[in-house]
Order: sequence, then C-alpha cells, then structure tokens
Amino acid sequence: MILNVARKELKSVFASPMGWIILALLMFAFGTYFLNGVNDYFEVMSGAIRPAERYGVTQFVGQTVYGLASFIMLFAVPLLSMRLISEERRSQTLPFLFSAPLSLTEIVLGKFLGLVAFLSILIVYIALMLSTLNIWSEIDFGYILANSLGLFLLVAGFSALGLYFSSLTSQPVVAAILSFIALFALMILDRFFAGDPSNTLAHLSLMNHFQSFAGGLIDTADVAYFVLFTATFLILTIRRLDADRLRG
Amino acid sequence: MTNLTVEAIELTRLYGGREAVSNVSFNLTQGQVLGFLGPNGAGKSTTMKMLTGNLAPSAGSVKICGIDMIENPKEAKALIGYLPEMRPLYKEFTVDEYLTIAARLHRVASRNIKKAVETAKERCGLTHMSKRLIENLSNGYQQRVGIAQAIIHNPMVVILDEPTVGLDPIQIRDIRTLIREIGTDHSVILSTHILPEVEMVCDHVQIIDKGKLVFNGGIDVLKRQRVGNKLLIGFNNAPAPADLLQIAGVSEAETLENNMMRVRFAENTTPHESIVQAAVKNGWGLYQIAPDQTSLEDVFVQLTYQDAAAVETPVA
Repeated sequence: MILNVARKELKSVFASPMGWIILALLMFAFGTYFLNGVNDYFEVMSGAIRPAERYGVTQFVGQTVYGLASFIMLFAVPLLSMRLISEERRSQTLPFLFSAPLSLTEIVLGKFLGLVAFLSILIVYIALMLSTLNIWSEIDFGYILANSLGLFLLVAGFSALGLYFSSLTSQPVVAAILSFIALFALMILDRFFAGDPSNTLAHLSLMNHFQSFAGGLIDTADVAYFVLFTATFLILTIRRLDADRLRG
Repeated sequence: MTNLTVEAIELTRLYGGREAVSNVSFNLTQGQVLGFLGPNGAGKSTTMKMLTGNLAPSAGSVKICGIDMIENPKEAKALIGYLPEMRPLYKEFTVDEYLTIAARLHRVASRNIKKAVETAKERCGLTHMSKRLIENLSNGYQQRVGIAQAIIHNPMVVILDEPTVGLDPIQIRDIRTLIREIGTDHSVILSTHILPEVEMVCDHVQIIDKGKLVFNGGIDVLKRQRVGNKLLIGFNNAPAPADLLQIAGVSEAETLENNMMRVRFAENTTPHESIVQAAVKNGWGLYQIAPDQTSLEDVFVQLTYQDAAAVETPVA
C-alpha cells in the first residue's frame, strides 16, 4: 500500500514537465562539474605538487560533484516537496487518500518514499557518472558508496522536513520557503558555533554530519542522526494530518 | 438484522464548542437509497465526512457493515466509496490513469484493475474520454470521473455529496439511473439541494437542520405529508363554507381569493363526488376541482423552520 502511494506520487511528478526538467537541469549541472573536475585534476596534478599532498582522482572529482549535489538539494528538495501535501490541501484532494483504505502512516510514508525515489535517480546517476572514471583508472568505489549513502540520507532528511512543512500549510510556496529557511538554518548551524565545535547545537547541524560521509567515512553516529532526523519529521507529519481528522 | 450497511450511533461533532452535528443516529440497510436534505450549513457534509472517516466524531460511532470506523478504519473504509463535495481529482492525470490509481488504492486486486476501470467508465459514460487529461474535461465530465472513482471498487456503501451539481439535464438523468442501479444491491447515501431529485431517486429521506435530525423516514411518508387530504375547488358563485361542511366527510372549508375554496376532508373519505353533485344541484358554478398539493419545498421549509420564527429566508 505504501508503494502504491509512492507510485502515485512518482507518476504525478512525471505527469508534468516539471519532473523531467528538474532531472535534466540537475544532471546537466552535475555533468558540467564532473567535466570541470576531471580537467582540473589534470591541471593540478600535473603541476608541482608534493607527493604527500597528492590524492586520487575519485576524491578530487567526487568532492566537487558531491559538494555541489548537497548544495543543490537544498533548493531542489523544498521545490519538490512543497506540493506533496499542501497542493492536495489546496485542490481538496486529500479526502481521496483519507477515504481510501490507507492509514495515515501509509499515506505519509508513501509520499516520502515517492519523493526520495525520485531524488535517488539523481544519486544513482552521479554514482554511475563517477564510476565511468574506472575505465581509465582505478577508482575508489568505497568513497563513492559512502558519498552516495550520505547524499541519500541527507536527501531523505531534507524530504522529511519538506514534507512536514508541506503539511502545515495549504500554500505550496509558503511550504517551500519555510522548508528552505529551516534547511538552510540547519545546514549553516555549525558555522555559528565554529569557535566551539563541542556545543550541543552545533551537533544538530546537517552539514556537520554530512562531512564524514563526504570524506568517505560511514559513521554509524551520523547514520543514526539522519535516520532519527527523518523519522522525527515523518512522525510530526503523521501527527499533523491526524490533527486534521480530529479537529477538522 | 444482518444486512445493515451503515449504522450511525449518536454522532456528534463539535467545532470549537459549537455543535455542527448533534446526536444524529440512523441505520441504512442494503438496497436502500438515502437522501440527505438540509439547508446550507446544516451539517450534511460534516455527517458525511464522519461516515467516511475523514473527520473523527466528537462523540458517537459509525459502523459500516458492522465494522467500527474508529477501531478498524482500514477495513471499514474499504467498504465505502465517497465523492466529497469538492471533487478530489488529480488534474494532471488522464481519466484512465486516475481511475487506475483509485482502484489500486482501494485494494482492487491487480489483475482486476483493468476490468474495474472499464466497468466504472462504462457505468459513468466515460469510455470515450479515457485518454483525456482530467484538467481538460468539462465540469460535468469531471463530476462523472468523481462518481466513477467512488464506485470503482464496487463498495457496499456509496456516499455522494451533491452528485448532480454542475451536470446538464441529460447527465442528471443518467446519474440518477446509475444511482438507482447501484442502490439495488448496495446502499447509497446522497445529499442534495434538489428536492424533486430526492423523490425520484431515494426511498428513504433524512432532513437535517442545525445539526439535528428533524425528519427520518420513508419517502412515502414525506409524500403523504405532501399530498394531504385537501381539495382546491373553484366556484363561479361560491357558497358559504357552512354549505360545504354539510357534505359528508368535509371537515373544514375556507374561502380564498379568485372564487377558490380550500376544503379539508377526513381520513379515508372521498367527498369529491358528493361535492360535485352538490355543486350541480345548487348551481355553484363549479369550474375546477383538484387535490391541493403542498410542494416538497413547503414540507421542507415547514420541517426545517417550524420553531424558528426569526430566521432568514429559507434556502430552496
């Protein structure tokens, strides 16, 4: 049942040109960065660099591409998640889902999965694109895997937060702005506490936790952080929809 | 009774302390079509939302075929097809796509989905619109898609909130036939503002006003109330009311303008013939005699506004 809701969401993304355009534009951006990354690698590495400071092509190119990806998701996710619930609220289509034999959890999880599945296309694409480097050189698949996982968790967290803000309002644009601000604040939170990295608030920063994945490290603490972050907002969304049913 | 499809037990819904629906109880059995009448804001839609589990009742409970809506919402919802007042259509899909999604979400087995979609389209006259985007359909066709969506999983109970709004007269007739057809083996609840529609389609009527059920009974009861034991008679030389009262069965007579008289007669008597005979004999100059029907509107207004003297103009 969750899958059926997710299928419906995916279908509706691709029913309009919106889904295709977003995919095309983002892939174009990633492709350009990939190309630049490879070019830069030859320029930088052919120069006089001490052997100790040299590092592999995977990391060199991966850094640029994944850095861009995490930044772009900050804009892309709110734009995609804004319509999930608020659009349905505005066009009064929610009763369609509410009167179907679905629990609220299934509806929320389905919508969440639909969005994450859409964004996963991009993650898989990036991973494939970087893997093509393997044709000419030996690359570090572990690095790509860790980054992909990190990006996936980041996107899942973003989507859950976006979904929650989407459930708060019936104006998709308001939802997008709210989730963008919230995400941006969470991203740069660690900058505010740069002088005091052990501050509790600094630990809430999304970027802080993404950093270890970006370095190619899968840290269970960071995985747990993203899973909890996602779960929290999904539960909040379910509660919000339940309140609709109770308070009307 | 085993074939009870809908049981509403003392449904109450509060909106910020104000009772939108209070203490509404009724039952519906299989094969019944229930018409839900009431002025704007009387609580029709709220009741329907509670019946379909879109809104939690503040008190009371709903049972669909014996399954409690609050305890087992999924099982209960699977037995219901619901068309809300605002059509819940995803306008970016085609008719086929939308109905397939509806079938899938209502747990139609995947091998039966194609057939279910075809049947629903056929029943609602949508077959030639399959590949059109819902967005581009006319209002009436969108309404049909809404109805198709509600009946796609062949539910035990179909709940339609103002199903004939925005349809042309021919479509309205089709939809009424469809409702009757569904009503033969399932239960249908529909709300409407169009009173003759109730008479045509429903065999059970409920009138709700300010959240309270003011009438609940068979359509025949309402019809009887409507016809009444009254005659409207036109005389060229009107007699005195006292003359008419002498005719057996006549219990009341009053003179109206234009030489008309209204005569009320006792139950189980037919004084029509005697009145005509008396008119001929006494040369009253009878030129018209007809049963005096109260319109359904009048009955409706009587029921909804009987104890409210200072209310605004009634809603027809």
